[in-house]
Amino acid sequence: MSRRIRIAVVDYGAGNLVSIDEALRSVGAEVTVVTDAAALRDADALVVPGVGAAAPAMARIEAQGLTGPIRTWLGSDRPFLGICLGLQLLLERSDEDDASTLGVLRGHTVRLADAPTLPHIGWNQVERTREHDLFTGIEDRADFYFVHSYAGAPAATDAAVVLAHTEHGGRFVSAVARGPMLGIQFHPERSGTDGLRLLANFVTIARAA
Amino acid sequence: MLRRRVIPCLDVADGRVVKGTRFVDLVDEGDPPELAERYAAEGADELVFLDIAAAPERRGTLLDIVERTARRAFIPLTAGGGVRSVDEMRAVLRAGADKVSLNTAAVADPTLVTACAARFGRQAVVVAIDARRRPGPEPSWELVVKGGREPTGRDAVAWAEEAVRLGAGELLVTSIDRDGTGTGFDTALLRAITDRVRVPVIASGGAAGPADLVAAIRDGGADAVLAASIFHRRVHAIADVKAAMAAAGLPVRLVPAAVA
Repeated sequence: MSRRIRIAVVDYGAGNLVSIDEALRSVGAEVTVVTDAAALRDADALVVPGVGAAAPAMARIEAQGLTGPIRTWLGSDRPFLGICLGLQLLLERSDEDDASTLGVLRGHTVRLADAPTLPHIGWNQVERTREHDLFTGIEDRADFYFVHSYAGAPAATDAAVVLAHTEHGGRFVSAVARGPMLGIQFHPERSGTDGLRLLANFVTIARAA
Repeated sequence: MLRRRVIPCLDVADGRVVKGTRFVDLVDEGDPPELAERYAAEGADELVFLDIAAAPERRGTLLDIVERTARRAFIPLTAGGGVRSVDEMRAVLRAGADKVSLNTAAVADPTLVTACAARFGRQAVVVAIDARRRPGPEPSWELVVKGGREPTGRDAVAWAEEAVRLGAGELLVTSIDRDGTGTGFDTALLRAITDRVRVPVIASGGAAGPADLVAAIRDGGADAVLAASIFHRRVHAIADVKAAMAAAGLPVRLVPAAVA
């Protein structure tokens, strides 16, 4: 039997961590909720969850001394999963409050265009643009739970990272991947069976990395 | 395409799920996390917990229920009832809720809505609006608070618009006249609000059967429908409601049988 993967979930002071903690445990991971850089040392994989605006999130991550360590982590091609705001933070800036974000991907986080309702809240289909191990065993166009008004829009030069789109009025990017760096706009910890399957796939990817 | 949501509502008092008619005459309906898990397995798109006792000294009960539920049911959770400050909202989110609903406290202090939206994002702030139809030839509704017991003299539709301006990311609109009566949603109330706001509106109060839920969406413009008694008492299964919605041409998330 393979060893348990140790996943660090970054807690920067907002929102619900109970669901992601429990969901990752239920797929066999060992989970540590981390608030500082020291706690990252023993982790095999990093998860940045979160909802809400980019500026206060970046301010708290910075105050906890985590900006540098997260950049280093991403720069060294280690397993990473950004969920919702955690995906948006990978881009250079957020149009929501003009916050400067991590800039690992070129492009901005933009307001959803032509959305009939905003925020975009509820279950919606995730349409893949290419196959990826993150979606193993999950049907194309499966429903996942979204709750957001903005989405990361990778620049054309980084278009190869796009894994999936979702439609709400206009189309937006709902999943990205570059090596073991993964980002999803929806909430797998709130998306029932398919959400748990996706998290189990992330654990498998992290184990292989 | 965004699915229209079916949301069982669990009114909680002293750690148990209860349901009354027009907010009184409460009947015990079961253990909250147990019911929540059953609904998640049956295809509920989301769950709402409302602490209707909401006495401050018993707040721990709601947090405990939220956390136990969040660890058993991997679907979104909204909780509310008596939340009056940013710190209280933070506690409910950290216990495992994705959204918090504000009602009486938001009416008393509208800056609370703005403060909570600034801190947690507007997508986490649900403003719950209880409305009672005013007599007269023109349709109009009065905003009521404190679990439907206290009239405010204010127009419920105007408050809905104001709540969204203040930072509400979603509205939970309950017809007090219809709540628990099984006489159908007040679709005119829903339409009056959905015509004026862009945030999603959850319809509540009066569901008797699948046709009512379809009407709330089609005629009322609601994004989601909430019901309690018909699910607690197994009058209708969530799957049957969704089948009726799908048959009416509404986009729904169909859940295969026997998944958790």
